[in-house]
Amino acid sequence: MGPERDELVGSAPTVAARLAFLQRAGGVAGAVLTTALAFVVGGLVVLASGANPLATYRAIFDGSGLNWLFPWVHGVARANAASSLQQTLLLTTALVLCGLAVGFAFRCGLFNIGAQGQYLVGTIVAIWVGSSLAGLGGPLHILLAIVAACLAGALYAGVAGALKAWVGAHEVVTTIMLNWTAVWAVSWLVGEGGALQAPGSFPISRSVVDAVHLPVFWGSPTLQGLDVGFFVALACLAVYAVVIERTTLGFQVRSVGFNPEASRYAGMRVARTYLVAMAIAGAFAGLAGAVDVLGWEFNVGVSDVQASQIGFIGIVVAVLGRNRAVGIFFASLLFGALLTGTSTRNLDPSVFRPELASNLTLIVQGLVILFVGADVLVLWLWRRRPRRTVVGV
Amino acid sequence: MSVWVQRLENPLSARLRDPAATGYTGILLGALAAFLCIPPVQARTVTWPIVVGVIAAVFGIWTVTRGRARLGWGAVAAGVIGIGLGILATRSSVGNLNAVFDAALIEQMFAFTTPLVFAAIGGLFSERSGVVNIGLEGMMLMGAFWGVYGADKGGSWVVGLLVGGGVGALLALVYGYFAIHLRADQIVGGTAVNFLALGITGYFFFQFYNGNYIPSGVSTIPNVTIPGLRHSHFFGPAIGNLNIMIWASFVLVIVSYIVVFKTPIGLRIRACGEHPRAADTVGINVYAVRYSCVVVSGILAALGGVYLSDGFTSGGATFGDNMTDGRGFIALAALIFGNWRPAGAFGAALLFGFSSAVALRLQVYSASAATLFNVLPYVLTLIAVAGVIGRTVPPAADGKPYQKQ
Repeated sequence: MGPERDELVGSAPTVAARLAFLQRAGGVAGAVLTTALAFVVGGLVVLASGANPLATYRAIFDGSGLNWLFPWVHGVARANAASSLQQTLLLTTALVLCGLAVGFAFRCGLFNIGAQGQYLVGTIVAIWVGSSLAGLGGPLHILLAIVAACLAGALYAGVAGALKAWVGAHEVVTTIMLNWTAVWAVSWLVGEGGALQAPGSFPISRSVVDAVHLPVFWGSPTLQGLDVGFFVALACLAVYAVVIERTTLGFQVRSVGFNPEASRYAGMRVARTYLVAMAIAGAFAGLAGAVDVLGWEFNVGVSDVQASQIGFIGIVVAVLGRNRAVGIFFASLLFGALLTGTSTRNLDPSVFRPELASNLTLIVQGLVILFVGADVLVLWLWRRRPRRTVVGV
Repeated sequence: MSVWVQRLENPLSARLRDPAATGYTGILLGALAAFLCIPPVQARTVTWPIVVGVIAAVFGIWTVTRGRARLGWGAVAAGVIGIGLGILATRSSVGNLNAVFDAALIEQMFAFTTPLVFAAIGGLFSERSGVVNIGLEGMMLMGAFWGVYGADKGGSWVVGLLVGGGVGALLALVYGYFAIHLRADQIVGGTAVNFLALGITGYFFFQFYNGNYIPSGVSTIPNVTIPGLRHSHFFGPAIGNLNIMIWASFVLVIVSYIVVFKTPIGLRIRACGEHPRAADTVGINVYAVRYSCVVVSGILAALGGVYLSDGFTSGGATFGDNMTDGRGFIALAALIFGNWRPAGAFGAALLFGFSSAVALRLQVYSASAATLFNVLPYVLTLIAVAGVIGRTVPPAADGKPYQKQ
């Protein structure tokens, strides 16, 4: 019974261990190649509906504003590109934070499907704090709203962490239930007759006061320019990398992620680590909600709450980014650009219908997570390797 | 053994001394306390719910003292909740009560329950064989769209069911290939299925129907009219004219119980879900069993989706982006709440379907309360997995990929 790699993957105790192994096996090339594969399949779908895939992808690229990076884009095109790129980076900000929420739990061997719910809880708490206490003064008020949203997200995810730690309830089940609980509870709060509904009959929340708006450093402060939340997300990436790789807590998280039993024997408090990891994950997602609200949303409607997918895309981001800070950043940028580039507002309808394109984004997301999650390409390459290779256990 | 002898000798007194029976009676009495105050009985005084509810609580406490703490406290809670609901009902107007609780509520409850039952039983097959399926939502959504497309282009609801079920099977086959053959993480795979289904249905809904609405006149799944009951005062509107798929869902629950728990096939399925290595050793083809079960789950979830788009609304076939709106996850909740058993899943689906039907009607009291009512299935499932009311135990190898030796 040789230690075949396939067997290693099959018998590794946790998701984190499996993913870590695949990480070593495929590295960044696997992720890049499988993403390319997903785009090729997406291109076939475009081709099947009678459009030119290359022109479509080109239009999506331009719609995302990434062409701003090309020095030869001038004049009106450059101004449009700047505004699109600001939207892309706003989405990147939220995706980075949601990706960290999924990734941090992943490293502890926990599958946090609940980033969506934690994000919504953070959103609504930020709206609550940001729309009350007027006159508190800008910086303090902002800080209060952000801290409250992080705490709320941490507590909400902590429910799943506590259930995992104390009664062994599977975090996937509990976070799914918490997601939908959050969707309906937040809809109730901002909907008709809800406690946080704006005056009037529209199912939309109160707006946060002007003083808590995050400063915009690029573009229009009123029309979704890029706010300092982007730097908050970048800082969180750094914090994530340092905490995971360089601290005792991070070591415990990774150790429990690889093998909870061995960690228990080594004297670590596994249950406590689960709880802490989920709480930190929830804090990242709650922060994402706060940054979105204070940065450019300012209020949310019931339809936004029901249609929001940002936390789920966070799963795609974390899986594609292999739960590494750098990977999560580039995966967020990719999907931020894809979402912006296929939006009705940004995609040139003469090339490809934006309504189709936004669904194409969903298909590409599904394919990416399917391919990368299974490491199709890595597995395929590995099966073609010479049989003599022995992998140390 | 001795318990049975005792029961045979003196069945009634033995039954009375059995704490479990008393506990369950208490829970039923708690439900009765609330039931007394709504139509058709509709007591208008608070005495009845309080009396019955207190009896329920007493039964519960007696059960607690006999060592069945969890069940006993459940009965106490049922009694208290029954009293609360009963008092609320006696305080609200007769008109409102009649608007919420009429015979058509039964019909609506079944209508809401049916898609959940199909998806939950589908999930049961998959998870009993050891493959977690959080892609039920996506498979249901695919069924909803392609079912209506089949019924439209094929000219018959039968074609709709076939196309919808076929597409569900296809998607499940893809998922199965990744989950079983490639041994990908099943939660990641299920998430991918949900994304794919959302994208594919949205894409073709725009391509074929311009993203607007399904043309009128598409053949819909018919209702079954029971001649004798049609004009009965209560049973007529309640069950006299139910959709074929509703009756099919009842049959499905019974058939799936028999298949999973009373046949050699079911034994094989459960062996693969509990201990695949042992199953493999005695010559069961684990991959074949798991593939079949995942495909069955895809077909069933998709059929639930077809019913949703092509039978649920009496006005004709409908479809909308993300039409299932979490129903696949409620089905998953029903499966877990029902402890991975057909009858349990059906009971949970009935409860969740009932709560959806009531939520729709609570609009007469308050729109916002009706919205909040939607959290009920999820919160109940959270409480269930927390171990407060009984323990939920998934199949031992659920979610673990199997490696042949």
